[in-house]
Amino acid sequence: MGIDIKFPIGLMFFILGLILTIFGLFTNSDAGLYHRSLGININLWSGTGMLVFGSLMLWLAWRSRKTKSK
Amino acid sequence: MGTNFSLDWIDYLVMVIYFLFVLGIGWALKRYMKDANAFLEAGRSMPAWVAGLAFISTNLGALEVMGMTGSGAKYGMLTTHFYWIGAIPAMVFLAMFMMPFYYGSKARSVPEYLKLRYDEKTRGLNAILFAIMTILASGISMYALAILMEKVLGWNFHISLILSAAIVLAYTYLGGLSSAIYNEVLQFFIIVIGLLPIVILSLKDLGGWSGLQHQLAPIVSNIPGHHYAPDTWTTTWKHTGTATANPLGVAWYGIFAGLGFVLSFGYWCTNFLIVQRAMSAKSSTAARNTPLIGAIPKMFIPFLIIVPGIAALVLLNKQGSGFSLPEISPGHYNYDYTIIALLKQYLPAGVLGLGITALLASFMSGMAGNVSAFNTVWTYDIYQSYIRPVTGNKEADEKHYLFVGRMATIFGVIVSIAAAYLASLFGNIMDFLQTIFSMINAPLFAVIFLGMFWKRTTGHAAFTGLLAGFLVALLHHGLTFPEGADTLVKGGWIYHLHSYPVEMAQNFWTAIFAFSTSALLTVGLSLVTRQKKSDGDLKGLVYSLTPKVKDKEVAWYQRSSTLAIVVLTIGVILTVLFW
Repeated sequence: MGIDIKFPIGLMFFILGLILTIFGLFTNSDAGLYHRSLGININLWSGTGMLVFGSLMLWLAWRSRKTKSK
Repeated sequence: MGTNFSLDWIDYLVMVIYFLFVLGIGWALKRYMKDANAFLEAGRSMPAWVAGLAFISTNLGALEVMGMTGSGAKYGMLTTHFYWIGAIPAMVFLAMFMMPFYYGSKARSVPEYLKLRYDEKTRGLNAILFAIMTILASGISMYALAILMEKVLGWNFHISLILSAAIVLAYTYLGGLSSAIYNEVLQFFIIVIGLLPIVILSLKDLGGWSGLQHQLAPIVSNIPGHHYAPDTWTTTWKHTGTATANPLGVAWYGIFAGLGFVLSFGYWCTNFLIVQRAMSAKSSTAARNTPLIGAIPKMFIPFLIIVPGIAALVLLNKQGSGFSLPEISPGHYNYDYTIIALLKQYLPAGVLGLGITALLASFMSGMAGNVSAFNTVWTYDIYQSYIRPVTGNKEADEKHYLFVGRMATIFGVIVSIAAAYLASLFGNIMDFLQTIFSMINAPLFAVIFLGMFWKRTTGHAAFTGLLAGFLVALLHHGLTFPEGADTLVKGGWIYHLHSYPVEMAQNFWTAIFAFSTSALLTVGLSLVTRQKKSDGDLKGLVYSLTPKVKDKEVAWYQRSSTLAIVVLTIGVILTVLFW
């Protein structure tokens, strides 16, 4: 009905991924922050993962929209 | 638990973005909500993958996530029985054998199927019990989440309760079932992505799966009062030869019959909350594929929520890990806090917000599921049947029932909030009521199963079977109790006739008694009462009177039978790997 859910899912994860990636880059040298996560910059990892997932969903949404309009 | 646990601005930012998207989806769907069919049945337009993920997501509520992580610590990999043997066969059965009748009969709800197949009284009984159970479940999970957020994050109990209910109300009011379903898909992904970091970090911290096994062995074999084998927590069937060898307290045949058959078929094949997702699918093939597509992520959810729970048991017993759970009494932990204690243990600001958002999302998917099932049953099975029947003017009727559906949504949320407050005041009574109402599933499965596969089954027999099964469950619960139970809520409120080693065993047997009584009585009475429905009436409702479904028109890899084989194969492989 009405909307293609892939689009909002893609957009949300793209935005969240971008925010966490940037936050991860800025806090990369903050050892105190990443003490809990065993020294791993988990924000950077999670963020890039979400960026990839979000982009994939957006691409799928864009592709199915193109085939529909044909 | 330490008190130095607060969220940063970045965590709130993640949460707010999620809320905006959830509400935005409801808003975007608002203009499509023109009639009751669109609002309450999503216009039967969902693609199979959307319905399938919603199917699993609505089951992945807050109580499930909190409870199953806790069960990971309490029972180890034995908890996977709730996901593999206790879900997969039932989901495949629903897809292959039951969906053609639910979907093909054009019934708009499970109670309505009972009306078409049997009679008005059977529908009425089921509709009323279901409506009460759904609202109770929604209220109890709302209470559980709000109390967790209060104890751990220091959020005001009343504000988090009202605010989370208001968000669910807003998007289900705006976009009805479609909005609930679309949001469940979004929530599914956020739950997986938000909880994945604790799986990876806890396993890395403890040296992977083999490190986990190694460190669990001394903990498990030294549990006082039991003689568990060192690998009890990391195997599934190996130690189920006798009931006392595993923490579930049930032997393999009990798991197989109680969980694998009665409880799981009762839940997955008859619970309208679940079946409604498949009924919203756009075609008969999509409706059959819905539970099968849902079954694939379902099989892997244990790795997301049970494995971290097992890791939590190691952390609890490890010097200097800094991990702790609140104690109910000395030495007895409150395992409901396992998931949030793990988030606190491993996640820094940023992903922590994502993890908390995942918990909120699980709560919302569960509650929206309850509310959207409640408003449909209320509107079609109670209001339309007993209060204001259709007038014949289709357009005016649709408008009227859309209005009623919306009002039922508001009413459902308000009563849920009331139920949450009742739970905060009389927790035991609410637990008790929930146990009681969960007892309707096993007899309901007996009645629906016999109705679908035996055309002789009559309405009087079904009604009596349903009622008797429920009463027998109640009686069994009143006469037996789990060992060491300190309240009557757990059973034995009539007389102490028999005791079970653990509560789980009592639940299994309650369900088995209820199912057997209901099935025997329904069969017996069907043979002595007159069938009022002709073969023509039962076409599309009973297996032998319905033309076989052919899904030849779709490619072989999209057919339900292919998917079913894939699902069962993965299930078998996982079972063997973790035997």
